[in-house]
Amino acid sequence: MTDGAVSPTTSGAPTMVQLLDASGVRHEHPEHDAHLEPDELLGLLRDLVLLRRFDSEAEALQRTGELGLWVGTRGQEAAQIGAARAASPQDHFFPTYRDHGATLTRDVDPLHILSIYRGIDHGGWDPVEHGVHPYTLVIAAQLLPAVGYAMGVQRDGAVGTGDPARDTAVLAYLGDGATSQGEASEALGWAAVYHAPVVFLCQNNQWAISEPVERQARVPLHRRADGVGIPGVMVDGNDVLAMFSVVRSALDRARSGGGPTFIEAWTYRMGAHTTSDDPTRYRDAVEVEQWREKDPIERFRTYLRAEGVLDDDFEDQLAAEAEALAERIRAGVRGMTDPDPVAMFDHAYAEPHAQVEEERDAFLAAWAQQEQDLEQSPAGGGR
Amino acid sequence: MERAPMQKMALGKAVNAGLRAAMERDPRVLLMGEDIGKLGGVFRVTDGLQKDFGEDRVLDTPLAEAGIVGTALGMSLRGYRPVCEIQFNGFVFPAFNQIVTQLAKMRARTRGRLTVPVVIRMPFGGGIGSVEHHSESPEVLFAHTAGLRVVAPSSAHDAYWMIQQSIASADPVLFLEPERRYWEKGDVDVDLGPGEVAPLHRARVLRPGTDATLVAYGPTVRLALDAAAAAAEDGSDLEVIDLRSISPLDVDTVVESVQRTGRLVVVHEAPTFHGPGAELAARVQERCFYSLEAPVQRVGGFHVPYPAARYEDHYLPDVDRVLDAVEAALAA
Repeated sequence: MTDGAVSPTTSGAPTMVQLLDASGVRHEHPEHDAHLEPDELLGLLRDLVLLRRFDSEAEALQRTGELGLWVGTRGQEAAQIGAARAASPQDHFFPTYRDHGATLTRDVDPLHILSIYRGIDHGGWDPVEHGVHPYTLVIAAQLLPAVGYAMGVQRDGAVGTGDPARDTAVLAYLGDGATSQGEASEALGWAAVYHAPVVFLCQNNQWAISEPVERQARVPLHRRADGVGIPGVMVDGNDVLAMFSVVRSALDRARSGGGPTFIEAWTYRMGAHTTSDDPTRYRDAVEVEQWREKDPIERFRTYLRAEGVLDDDFEDQLAAEAEALAERIRAGVRGMTDPDPVAMFDHAYAEPHAQVEEERDAFLAAWAQQEQDLEQSPAGGGR
Repeated sequence: MERAPMQKMALGKAVNAGLRAAMERDPRVLLMGEDIGKLGGVFRVTDGLQKDFGEDRVLDTPLAEAGIVGTALGMSLRGYRPVCEIQFNGFVFPAFNQIVTQLAKMRARTRGRLTVPVVIRMPFGGGIGSVEHHSESPEVLFAHTAGLRVVAPSSAHDAYWMIQQSIASADPVLFLEPERRYWEKGDVDVDLGPGEVAPLHRARVLRPGTDATLVAYGPTVRLALDAAAAAAEDGSDLEVIDLRSISPLDVDTVVESVQRTGRLVVVHEAPTFHGPGAELAARVQERCFYSLEAPVQRVGGFHVPYPAARYEDHYLPDVDRVLDAVEAALAA
């Protein structure tokens, strides 16, 4: 930038909420503080470590041909876990395709995420049961439905009652690239106008595939909130305590009828966009090394050690749990069977559709004929 | 019990009455759109509904079509049944992403775990002398999108019942209202039981005939009937079918007719190129190959952007063009 525009990558740092710096030192903040018990702190560490293991195992499965594609989370664990753990059970998530941390905190079977990337389905979990909307691949297209869901919550009278088990908020995930989509602007304006109980969590991981955040905006992303008249907060996305604290207060505010908030989580995508990407073509290894110093898990570990909350026994147990998770994932993915082909016709419509039924019948007839032909062929044997 | 007498209603008023009936029956039904509240919509189709049902159920929304459809989808996930109004056909495209990538696919994406019963009402077709984007017939774009249902009433009676059936459907429905027919009056039998209303996706034979079959939907149904009346004066007996539904298609009703008449003319305002007539022609030749006495004829819009109003008389199918096609079919 040479014309005086405010760069989204260099400004905003003084206003960034940070409770734990990169070396694991705890800082006080006048508005935000996470008062967590030792078991809650260890719970966060467990989530972070298991997410990283889940991610590395999935990447390995892609490399060995078991998954068609993998969308990695390395570097963004604190942003995802801190935010998701700040939510109440009745809150509803609208994630992107990278938000495995959010999804896993909702007791979704990890295999139900991996089946997407093996090509079995588009997500095996029940969105209602788990409170997690299916992954949305069209950038920013989950945001307007998230706002609409929040408007439905309002109509249900589940905002501002003061009943912590009833009041509900929506956590809408997006990335830095998504802020450029028109629908993102629409969703922000719409949420503001209707005072919807929704929190927009923008993980600014600095890169939209190969495009740096400077290509998306000339102001820090959280300042997009100013334009629609809702609070915009910037938080250190690699600081799980700050993430937890900021998102919790935003969700509390939404649930109590205070309206939407836009949160920019300042983080970094340590790996490639997906396993099909090659980030060495567009970004500097030095930049990656600088962010490695800000690792979200190491700083938290350092802090917990210093506080005397974390000991070797817990670390050993956690390592064993991560290993068991990895084994379960490996076996589970390799054991996945391909879906019954005719199932593709099952859910195009809720009610009968003459043309789909006709096509399904023709497909089944052709399938049966092929089976019969194979059996009668000289080589014999079925499919 | 005495049956209520038929009510004479304009088509637009019949949609209004149908919406009112659905809203009275089900408190989850909401209306969303631009200018649909105090103004009652630019065509006044929602006239009086906000006054009677309140601003929480008839929402004047921000001027953003993706927002209307996207938030309607979100509300449907909370159990609501939103009915969106897109002000004019050419303004649906900002919402196209939400309709095609989210609304249409949500049920399949979740293997049936989520249903999104959203209705999108939209005036379509030309003939009102309006400016660009106000007179288009983009139904094929939606009919070609699996997961959507696409219907178009041609009469006040159908408008009244089909809007209620669309709202009751578990699937997303694109409900196309023939804008130049909004003021045409017809008899509406509002006193029908559940089994007495024609199924939403069933075509209807409006005029029996023996020489050729005319198929139309929405605004061209009146045109087809006029053409059939003119042909009768020349001694030709045409059967007229109102398709009523574009997705799914009631091919059986058309096939049954063509097997008797041996000739088919399809009339719509949408361009004929890759149009609904092409789909019908393909399906009819598959099933009526040995009954067909003539090639299937199509009458429709041209493969040009919808022209300025002063071209409309030449762009839109009219009785002469329909009769030319009928003549070609009968001559073969």
